[in-house]
Amino acid sequence: MSEALLSVEDLVKHFPLGGGIFRRPRAWVRAVDGVSFQIHQGETFGLVGESGCGKTTIGRLVLRLMEPTSGRIFFRGQDLLALRGEELRRMRRHIQIIFQDPYASLDPRMKVERIITEPLRAFSHLGSRDRRKRAAELLERVGLQPGDLEKYPHEFSGGQRQRIGIARALAVRPELVVADEPVSALDVSIQAQVINLLQDLQEEFGLSYLFISHDLSVVDHLCDRIAVMYLGRIVELAPKEFFREGPKHPYTRTLLESVPLPDPHRRRPLRFPEGEVPNPIQPPSGCAFHPRCPQAVEPCRRHRPSLVHIGSGHYVACWLNQEDDVL
Amino acid sequence: MRRFFGNLNFTVGFILAAVVVAAALASLFWTPYAPNEMNAAHRLQPPSLSHPLGTDQYGRDVLSRVMVGAVNSIIVGLVTVAIGFGIGVLLGLLAAFFRRFIEEGIMRLCDLLFGFPAVLTAILITAVLGPSVLNSMLAIGIFYIPVFARLTRAVTLSIWQRDFIAAARACGLSETAIVWHHVLPNILSPLIIQGTIQFAVAILAEAGLSYLGLGTQPPHPSWGRMLYEAQTFLGTAPWMAVFPGLAIAWAVLGFNLLGDGLRDTLDPKMTRLR
Repeated sequence: MSEALLSVEDLVKHFPLGGGIFRRPRAWVRAVDGVSFQIHQGETFGLVGESGCGKTTIGRLVLRLMEPTSGRIFFRGQDLLALRGEELRRMRRHIQIIFQDPYASLDPRMKVERIITEPLRAFSHLGSRDRRKRAAELLERVGLQPGDLEKYPHEFSGGQRQRIGIARALAVRPELVVADEPVSALDVSIQAQVINLLQDLQEEFGLSYLFISHDLSVVDHLCDRIAVMYLGRIVELAPKEFFREGPKHPYTRTLLESVPLPDPHRRRPLRFPEGEVPNPIQPPSGCAFHPRCPQAVEPCRRHRPSLVHIGSGHYVACWLNQEDDVL
Repeated sequence: MRRFFGNLNFTVGFILAAVVVAAALASLFWTPYAPNEMNAAHRLQPPSLSHPLGTDQYGRDVLSRVMVGAVNSIIVGLVTVAIGFGIGVLLGLLAAFFRRFIEEGIMRLCDLLFGFPAVLTAILITAVLGPSVLNSMLAIGIFYIPVFARLTRAVTLSIWQRDFIAAARACGLSETAIVWHHVLPNILSPLIIQGTIQFAVAILAEAGLSYLGLGTQPPHPSWGRMLYEAQTFLGTAPWMAVFPGLAIAWAVLGFNLLGDGLRDTLDPKMTRLR
């Protein structure tokens, strides 16, 4: 396999809870608890899970918007976490982000032109006229009018704002784009447009996506490989065909069964994972999913399964799939 | 503009404040009489055509002195807000930016300043440095620092969490550039509103200090000082007290309403800040 564009190794992020300058934190939230994956050139890698499973945190860590507790992140073989100051700043142009909330991600006091040209100011030597020209091209490319450059964000709808966010992310021709739930705040009809736009742009610019979402149907449509997260860990990772044919992890199975089929003739009883997501401050012992797992067996309560390769790029962290070694 | 003048508070406040500013500006070029010119023949005269607001115990024209007093009040308002705004916003930004020890230190310092009774400290400062307008402005300005520091820190922290700050960071902006281009423009309107209100408070505070003899020194006219001088003659020449008193109330009301109106129009979401 070709060299990975992005390689994440055993990434951990724990957030302190409570405490102050003179007090120790009362507890730690294990938002990301030992996650590893790779993204290849031109690939769309999906990260799915319920809210609070740590997928957004991973996106922020990859962008170095947060410092991880431990672990390593490599971009084109270069250790991202070793970068400081100007080196880090220059690296940032290669990895950009599209945010979930199109209302919070655009500065309400800036005109669209300023918003889109901001990364160009920081990374390119273009003069103001060239920057403006580039911004106009980008706006057109994402389906807005060049005349919109003079407007403020509040003059646009959510979908249009998201397009502005996409234009900003693409302004410096990044190689990897972290798309953090880019369509979940939009209407379904707009979602499809934005997803198609993201696909077109991927082809045109040769982008790779780290696509974070809780919506399995969106991920299934867009991604080449998918990782399912539960409580800060990846429980299953595979090319998307495997998810269609037969997911191995009970959690993935319940997730897929909770997706309604858009076909009135193919009725299937909807099943949802039972119970609530456990508290990430005190995750359950052993496999974190065992209290909600319909197939839990004794070792699940005591030992945490690791992510094991079961063939053809399919990884699962579940005792039921590695029973030979343990049971 | 229509947005502002559609608001009654703003309109009334604007008009009241404009009158004060106009009177002050006019006094720089013209007053009916020289404000400090004494005239023994016209002592304690009631309002008349030649002296619309009457004269004081030295025969000085009250209208001229109220007009010049407006200049005094406006300068005090500007300088004190400038001191509080300049230092307070800087401290608030530092606290929000560095968090932890620096934040803790700055905010506790603000608590300490808030803990002192303002008037007593102003008396202390003027007692040490000597009574003068400059020292009274310094005393008031120092008390404005925590007001602006706390507000700046609070608003900055809320802006700091927003995604567009993260976006700017991902776009390769330095932290200083983020503060300058993204944070400051977004926290400016609450600060301007607060500044307008503190302006009104400063006028009142300076009048109080001058009344106590700690602010503007005679013979330079100041509204507070005029009130003090008038109290001896309250029974015989009430106009000496009424007009400076009205001027104070007018200016304070005007700038307060202006601040309220600005808040209503600029930040509809924000309720009370003080």
